[in-house]
Amino acid sequence: MSNEPATTSDTMLTRRALVAGGVAICLVPIASGAAQATPAEMADAIRALTGGTTVKPGRVKLVLPELAENGNIVSLSVNVDSPMTDADHVKSVHIFSEMNPITTLVRFHVSPRAGRNPTLLTNIRLADSQRVTAIAAMSDGSFWSSDANVVVTIAACIDGG
Amino acid sequence: MPQPTRIVLPASAKKGEVFQIKTIIQHEMESGFRRNDRGVAIPRHIITSFVVTYAGAEIFRADVFPGVAANPYFAFTTTATETGEVVFTWTDDRGDVTTERRTLTVT
Repeated sequence: MSNEPATTSDTMLTRRALVAGGVAICLVPIASGAAQATPAEMADAIRALTGGTTVKPGRVKLVLPELAENGNIVSLSVNVDSPMTDADHVKSVHIFSEMNPITTLVRFHVSPRAGRNPTLLTNIRLADSQRVTAIAAMSDGSFWSSDANVVVTIAACIDGG
Repeated sequence: MPQPTRIVLPASAKKGEVFQIKTIIQHEMESGFRRNDRGVAIPRHIITSFVVTYAGAEIFRADVFPGVAANPYFAFTTTATETGEVVFTWTDDRGDVTTERRTLTVT
């Protein structure tokens, strides 16, 4: 079976070509300049939400894995430090990305019935390693923020690809 | 067309107790930013809204964008106030609505 190694080698090359092809499909739209949010767009989106009110760090805690192996599914947890009374509660929580095609990832609207210090969970997509920001809008009109930096090993193929 | 869902919430709770509700719906959440192998854009198809009411009052709402992963998962908390129906409604950008109902007994 002298040709056995050659066959194996061919197979491996084919597989390699396939993998490379797959990556190319992902990357082509990036090269062609498909939409991608920027930190400036994220700042604009935050300004549109707050109407220029200063966003203070604290009271909200965004938890994302430091290292996400797959950007297609990244577990997100956001906890808000709030008594959740009628007079003092969080009204909404907004999750922003500075690198995904659309800067707003998800918005949560809650009521005092969520109970003290509510935690909200979902799964998000991340197109690239980046900083994700959560902003909580309180009933008193104040805004609080929390950031998390995530390193994404395999980006979600949403960057146009 | 309604999509398969999974909802986890207790069958009963004590009045005033805060409990967690977990939900997942099967949905591709096609972002609209991908292209097929011929370079043709794949049309967007995503859930855009998820609303939960309990005994008629809204207790949780999410505005959903393509940045939410396929098969959207949401977990949140609420307070047991009265025995009543918890209604979960997912709406996608093609107008498909999936509604699920659960009865919570408050003791």
